[in-house]
Order: sequence, then structure tokens, then C-alpha cells
Amino acid sequence: MAGVLDLTAAGAIAQIEAGELSAAELFDAYRARAAIDRDDGEDGLNCFTWVAEESPHSAERAAPLRGLPLAVKDLFCTEGVPSQSGSRILEGYRPPYTATAVAQLAAAGAPLLGKTNQDEFAMGSSNENSAYGPVLNPWDRTRVPGGSSGGSAAAVAAGLAPWALGTDTGGSIRQPAALCGIVGLKPTYGAVSRYGMIAFASSLDQAGPLTRDVTDAALLLAHMVGQDERDATSLAFPGPIAPPSAERLDGVRLGVPAELTGEGIQPGVRDAFRAALARAQGLGAELCEVRLPHAPHALSAYYVLAPAEASSNLARFDGVRYGLRAADAEDLLDMYTRTRHDGFGAEVKRRIMLGTYALSAGYYDAYYGCAQRVRTKIVADFDAAWEEVDFIVTPTSPTVAFGLGERTGDPWSMYISDFCTVPMSLAGIPAISIPCGLASDGDGPQLPVGLQIAGRVFSENRLLDAAYALEQALDFDGSPARV
Amino acid sequence: MARLARLKLADEEVEAMARELSGVLDHIAKIGELDLDGVPPTSHVVEVVGRLRPDEPRPCLPREVALAQAPAVQDDGFLVPSPQA
Repeated sequence: MAGVLDLTAAGAIAQIEAGELSAAELFDAYRARAAIDRDDGEDGLNCFTWVAEESPHSAERAAPLRGLPLAVKDLFCTEGVPSQSGSRILEGYRPPYTATAVAQLAAAGAPLLGKTNQDEFAMGSSNENSAYGPVLNPWDRTRVPGGSSGGSAAAVAAGLAPWALGTDTGGSIRQPAALCGIVGLKPTYGAVSRYGMIAFASSLDQAGPLTRDVTDAALLLAHMVGQDERDATSLAFPGPIAPPSAERLDGVRLGVPAELTGEGIQPGVRDAFRAALARAQGLGAELCEVRLPHAPHALSAYYVLAPAEASSNLARFDGVRYGLRAADAEDLLDMYTRTRHDGFGAEVKRRIMLGTYALSAGYYDAYYGCAQRVRTKIVADFDAAWEEVDFIVTPTSPTVAFGLGERTGDPWSMYISDFCTVPMSLAGIPAISIPCGLASDGDGPQLPVGLQIAGRVFSENRLLDAAYALEQALDFDGSPARV
Repeated sequence: MARLARLKLADEEVEAMARELSGVLDHIAKIGELDLDGVPPTSHVVEVVGRLRPDEPRPCLPREVALAQAPAVQDDGFLVPSPQA
């Protein structure tokens, strides 16, 4: 089966349709691999928090995605299946309903393979904030896979799943995709329903695919988009998501913002980024300098807005209706505060405190109000850029994968991992990360570098086409990460 | 602030939290240097008007399903400690 597990999802679907491959056997092969990783303890990557016990029924194999197994980030609610969002406070929680994106994909023929490990409530850039232990990077097990969708990214990179669902609030799909050498797409805000996603920051959270190539990302996204009456912020996607096919980039204007491509970018990452731009030029693209003057302030605005929304969203975890409850409380307030003390990890507590502070009387205008105005300026920066260019390109992450424990002592050193991805999140625009080469951080091994391509709202089809053309030219080899 | 956030923090946690949050706030404070006079706030990037569905009764989560995951249940409701000990 090993050769079969090297197929992309689209490749496997083609073989199933040709009668050369059995969907049931493929599912079982992935299930066995995922279960081994889960049961391997310290020898595994710790990608999965739950793995399906049996193959699904054959009905799903008649649908377009032909029964191809799907790994799903833990924070998507899945009926009867543990959905813990990486948190102790939801340990053992089995929701009574399934998230729309997961339900749509199951109906389209991509049944649930397993739930993947993540930073607690999607707060983190290294997967070290999970109550269920860190995920290891399959390229180098002493390093992080990125986060917060670290389990999904590592599972796809290691060949433990053909593809996966993640969520991106400030970079949580794109950054782990970059650090693990795979493709990750954050769609336009509202393109995919958030119903059933355990919320972090509702004005930013967006579900998207993590895949081995751009074609698979388009295929998965095609079955995720759509307006949902249970998410009032979801929007009807204008037209279908098409399989990407562009071979050239003639006439495509790529904007390179000095603010996100200069200072703070590791030299090896900058070299790989520049080499990718040269490839794009070779395909006919035109490189243009653009300005995003407020982009360097995006991280500061984000670390007001996202914690503020989180402090409100996470108020629901109070020990009353589900999840953990601290025992022997003196009264109701004591039960709330002790449950939250015991159930939340350090980073979640930090962000709840930060958000509560930013929203409190007397500080609201200085922090929350100010950050909302910066968000307006960031949106305006992108709108101005679209007058001059078709896409904006940056490195996805300022560095290659860093060592486990390297940034846990200083929150801001962790937050800065999302320096290049947060501006797009605040603007609600789609952005994709594709692997564009390898680099070392000095004396370490050669590790994947991600190229981020961002486009205007609902430009997913053009974005996927551009990424596809570049992917073919770059011919990145992700096989060293396969287990 | 911890009480406002319904969080109990141990003494050693308070110290670390204060130090870490001060560091983060120092970075965040830089947005205060921007000239934002007259700039409207953005709370949501997508134009969405309040969407209403017809006000018709429809089935919801059955009571026993809603209560199934609760840490404590009495009669047909969630059981919690008294607000005043």
C-alpha cells in the first residue's frame, strides 16, 4: 500500500474511479497509519487525538470525493466524537452535532479519519499549547510543526492523512503548512461556514484546507464553501471553485511589500522567497513594489482584537453545561473561577486576561477602539494595492520551523511567527501558502519555506491558478517528511 | 481583572502573568502612536446586514441530549452550586 499512500488526494480519486484502487482499502491503510502514530507515544508525531475505529459505509464512496479519508482539526464539532479544541476544559466532550464544513465534506465523499491535535482553542503558533502534548515536525522531530493547526499540517506532511481541515485566525493554516512543507489555504472570510467550529475570534476565524498540492486544496475547498443559515456571517461564493490549470503567469502583477519581506525575515527564507519570485518572473509574472504602510502594526492590532473576542467567546466555558467542573466549590462564582483555573492552559489564560483588560472600562478606547481603527487602515492599504497589482507575495513565516521550547518563554517571540500572515486575516482576504524551497536557520538541517500569495476578496480561483502555475515550476519535493 | 475574567490565579501565576502581559502591552502600545483621528473602526470586514429567518417554530436539541454532557443534572435542568454559600 505504500505507493498508494504517496498519491495526492486527486491522484487517489482518479485511481478509484478507474477501478485500480479500493476506497475501503485506502481508508483502512490511512486509519492503520494514523492509529499507529496515536499509539506510538514518544515515537509518534502526536498528530491525532482520536482516530476512526472502522471504515465508513459505502454510500460515501459514490460521492465525488470517493470516500477519501479526511483529518479534521479537533476544534470542529463532530457528533459523538471527542471535540476538545486542545483543551483540558473540554476533555472527553462529544458534541451533539457536526460542524457544517465537516458535514458538507462527508456528504461529498470525504469521511472522518480522525481528529487532529492543535494549540488550545487555536491560540498558538507552535502546537506547544495543546493540553494533549506537542506535535512534532516530521522534517525534524526536535522542531515544532507550527500552529495552531499543527496536527493537521504534520499529518498531511507525514502521509498519515491525504488531506486535512484546519482553521486560520491569524495564520493558523498558512504558518504550519509552511513549516511542514505542504499547501494551506485561508479562504475569504465568510466563504466557509463557521457553524460548529469552537470559536476563538469570530471576526477572523476561517476554515480551510491543508493538502499536499494546490489541486487538492481546490478540490477540498470546492466542497466547503457556501452560505449557511446557521452562520449569519457566511456568504454565497460567487461561482464554483474550479480545478487550477494555469501554466503561465503572463501579465500577472505580483506585489512585493517591503514592510513584510525585509527586516525580521531569516536570510535563508529570504533567499528561497527571492528564488521563487525569479521563477514567477520566468513564467511571465511582473514584480511590482507595493506599500502596505500599516502592515507592521497589524500584529499589535491583532493581539488586541483577537484576545478581546476570545475573552468573550470563552466565557461559555464555565463548568455548567458540559466539560470540566472543579469539585467542592464553595459557591457558584468559586465554581466558575476554579473550573477555569483548572481547565485552561497558560496561553489561554493570558489571552483572556489581555482581552478582558482591552475591553474594560477606561481602557476600551486606548486598546480595542484604536485597534479597530488600525484594522480599517490595513483594509485600506490592501484596497490601494489592488489598484496596482493582482496578488501580494511574502514569505509565509519569517523563519523555518523552530525548536521545541525555543519560544515558549516569551509570548511576543511566539506571536511574531504570524507577522506576515496577520495583515491578510485582519483584511479578510484569501491567502495561500505553498512550499517554495528549503532553507536552514544557520547550523540546522534544510527545512521547508512557505511562499504566501494573497488576493482580493473572493479571488480564490485566480489565487489557486497562480499558485498552481508556480507549484509546477518550483517542483518542491515533500517526500522527506513521509513516515 | 482576574475576577472580571472569572479566572482564579495562584500567586505565582499572577506574578508571571503580570510580567508577560506587560511585555505584550509594550508592543501593542505602539499603535497608539498612529494618527487615527477621523478613522472609523472596523468590527467586521464583510458587509453583512442582519439576516432574519422566518419566525417559525422548528425542532431544537432535545432536552435529554442537551443535558447529557452536563457535570451535574437535577430534574430537568443543570445543577449548579448556590450563588451564595
